[in-house]
Amino acid sequence: MNNQDQSLIFEISTPGRIGYSLPEMDVEATPLGEILPEGYIRTEEAALPEVSELDIMRHYTALSRRNHGVDSGFYPLGSCTMKYNPKINENVARYNGFAHIHPYQDPSTVQGALELLFDLQEHLTEITGMDQVTLQPAAGAHGEWTGLMMIRAFHEANGDTERTKVIVPDSAHGTNPASATVAGLETITVKSDENGLVDLEDLKRVVGPDTAALMLTNPNTLGLFEENILEMAQLVHEAGGKLYYDGANLNAVLSKARPGDMGFDVVHLNLHKTFTGPHGGGGPGSGPVGVKADLIPFLPKPLVIKQDERFTLDYDRPQSIGRVKPYYGNFGINVRAYTYIRSMGPDGLKAVTENAVINANYMMRRLEPFFDLPYNRHCKHEFVLSGRRQKQLGVRTLDIAKRLLDFGYHPPTIYFPLNVEEGMMIEPTETESKETLDAFIDAMIQIAKEAEETPEIVQEAPHTTVIKRLDETLAARKPVLRHQA
Amino acid sequence: MKHRYLPMTEQDQQDMLQVIGVPTVEELFKDIPESVRFQGEYDIKPAKSEPALMKELSRLASRNADLKNYASFLGAGVYDHYAPVIVDHVLSRSEFYTAYTPYQPEISQGELQAIFEYQTMICELTGMDVANSSMYDGGTALAEAAMLASGQTRRKKILISGAVHPESREVVKTYAKGQRVEVIEIPYKDGVTDVAALKELANDDIAGVIIQYPNFFGRIEPLKEMEEIIHGVKSMFIVSSNPLALGALASPGSLGADIVTGDAQPFGIPAAFGGPHCGYFAVTNKLVRKVPGRLVGQTVDEDGKRGFVLTLQAREQHIRRDKATSNICSNQALNALAASVAMTALGKKGVKEMAVQNIQKAHYAKNAFMQKGLEIVFAGPSFNEFVIKLPASFSEVNKKLFEKGMIGGFDLGSVYPELNDHMLVAVTELRTKEEIDAFAQELGDQHE
Repeated sequence: MNNQDQSLIFEISTPGRIGYSLPEMDVEATPLGEILPEGYIRTEEAALPEVSELDIMRHYTALSRRNHGVDSGFYPLGSCTMKYNPKINENVARYNGFAHIHPYQDPSTVQGALELLFDLQEHLTEITGMDQVTLQPAAGAHGEWTGLMMIRAFHEANGDTERTKVIVPDSAHGTNPASATVAGLETITVKSDENGLVDLEDLKRVVGPDTAALMLTNPNTLGLFEENILEMAQLVHEAGGKLYYDGANLNAVLSKARPGDMGFDVVHLNLHKTFTGPHGGGGPGSGPVGVKADLIPFLPKPLVIKQDERFTLDYDRPQSIGRVKPYYGNFGINVRAYTYIRSMGPDGLKAVTENAVINANYMMRRLEPFFDLPYNRHCKHEFVLSGRRQKQLGVRTLDIAKRLLDFGYHPPTIYFPLNVEEGMMIEPTETESKETLDAFIDAMIQIAKEAEETPEIVQEAPHTTVIKRLDETLAARKPVLRHQA
Repeated sequence: MKHRYLPMTEQDQQDMLQVIGVPTVEELFKDIPESVRFQGEYDIKPAKSEPALMKELSRLASRNADLKNYASFLGAGVYDHYAPVIVDHVLSRSEFYTAYTPYQPEISQGELQAIFEYQTMICELTGMDVANSSMYDGGTALAEAAMLASGQTRRKKILISGAVHPESREVVKTYAKGQRVEVIEIPYKDGVTDVAALKELANDDIAGVIIQYPNFFGRIEPLKEMEEIIHGVKSMFIVSSNPLALGALASPGSLGADIVTGDAQPFGIPAAFGGPHCGYFAVTNKLVRKVPGRLVGQTVDEDGKRGFVLTLQAREQHIRRDKATSNICSNQALNALAASVAMTALGKKGVKEMAVQNIQKAHYAKNAFMQKGLEIVFAGPSFNEFVIKLPASFSEVNKKLFEKGMIGGFDLGSVYPELNDHMLVAVTELRTKEEIDAFAQELGDQHE
């Protein structure tokens, strides 16, 4: 076939070739028929590839070259905090004593691992201003659900069974309402006002005796700090509800404001964002949850505790919501996050946020003359432009995103948040230099000019990638989800 | 503040603040109400240099007894297996590990294709039509399967075998609480699900029935018998499987499963104290539009060239929001890549050979124990795990084994009170005859 320049691994498979080196069979073999019951022995081999070790390495090296990561180039994907992934983290996570330990070993044989987890819990407790942190949840959305399950359990323990509503701003991540649903709660949307912040009047209208919680990202997905946070907290608390902090945007407030001090009762963090666990092409992440004292009894099991200078796992938690995940969370990612926090220290983390916020504001101000800026005020770690002006010229935000690919950039998050028309959400992070930002800004300015002068260049982009725009409708209408031999 | 991860110089900062039009960086944080603005610095440990931190953490790591230096007979869902060295070399390609979800397919073909290949391999092993791009782990994948069954059948009860991994059962129950679904346990008998009890419990209120194959005790469940009962009441048949075992065992798909989940940890993913591992999720064609998580599909570009995209996204949380049936967003893509590379390296022949080695070595170990006069409880066909009755208390036995450089099996009494001082022993292809003999000898000595 000449319509493809990258073979599937199955297409380079050749019968008789192998890529493995299993240990010697040093015990006497018994015929399988004597061990396994009839009808349960596999008769047809799974059609896995048959390739040599070099075939494998070439294949995946070729694939990696068709993939853009932070190490390949700038990646200002808003709300995802695509910062540099320190290499020391990768080395530490691969130490035998971290990578190759079993969750069911006797605690006396894994004191180093438990100590690290305990110390990470302590660090995150201080950073969030909460009273206790669990490291169990596997990702941000998993943390959201865990937090909401705890809030539900808290209300139910108080006999407050009518509190079934979770208030979510219209600018929220899609996971927020989805997590509420999966936790058995209903979502009510609260509107944003003309400043891009939660509309206090609308909040007053929806908050009430059925309020389980208000879920908030602060700064919000527009990159704006919810400056009425104290009034909002008071409103929700007076109505008997809890305040939930979506930690997706924590990179904006390290050492500047702690969720616990702002009145939040529950917070989840995305260790793969602010704390540099790599994004891994979509995961694994880690989504610890911090809570205030009154919610501690509901934390999932087990919790890492320190008793008489020994570290151990506490399963004796009668009011716990139960287990949210086997074992103790995504330990390998937690090791990376811990290594990062210890590399930065308190002054380093403060500089992280300051530099991230300067970078974002600098880009926003330099791009403001060329694109619409729906909410014109200082932003935090990210900002949202609108492609309205370019849309009138026939160039959509999607086209701008695709044109950025020709310059070697990963585009911003697009068409989000939902309350901005043709939105482009840009998050530079603190690990990018001014030169990188300037080069990206120049590319954006050039694209804005192209939209006016030669729109087809933008509309037909990308021009330089290994593949052109893909037919997503075809993919969905006639799904081909696996290779057929 | 100078730091190797922070490129902003003082000059940069001045220039940038000038463009922004503010005199100081503090000005940018004035929208945070004074009363909640954090003053000073976090009370956390000070920063350490790279060499000092590596030394400290290396020492911390060395305080853990690791599977490279001890002979481990511990399994119970997490196994010490041969991981082809090449796996970590592929994972270390930072184009993979520093990327995020492939939202821009034109510059993410590598990741997308790797996941497409992963989906194919999972389908091959499980005998199913469709597999998603991964879940957090086997436990949460199973919970999502139970929720899918409940949503699909509009029934609110799930049956789960008592021979399913205890922690997975707990996770299923937590998720079920969220969705107000009732979870009922089917007792086990002689180490396998009690089929008579299943027959009694199965009725047209049951959304799905969850069986583990091989089960938590290592036994091979009679899926065929159960399939008839389960489909007889139009419930969904959910099977949780160790995918390595499927290299040698008949696939759950061929035995009538509707949903197959499990954890791909045996394929190149380190134990890592329990995570991150890699849940997999596979279904029949009928359920393709109900699958949680991300799916990669094949399509063509404007020139007709083959390419891959995230597809059928209308199922997912970022589109459906509060109508979504699952909230999963991030998954375990990098570990799915690890599993893919391991499955590729093992290939058609190796995956079977490795599975058979597990069966043979565990079989040898069983005989070695019996020769020492120890009792194999729940004797019968098994994969790489089995249960022995200990000659002394679990902690005593385990301590003695540890002194001899061995990590003993799983303490069944900790979750099954009726199995106090019983050990679940795992024997993988990495355990040598010498290690197995030494293990049997030690227990034999304690027996006498």
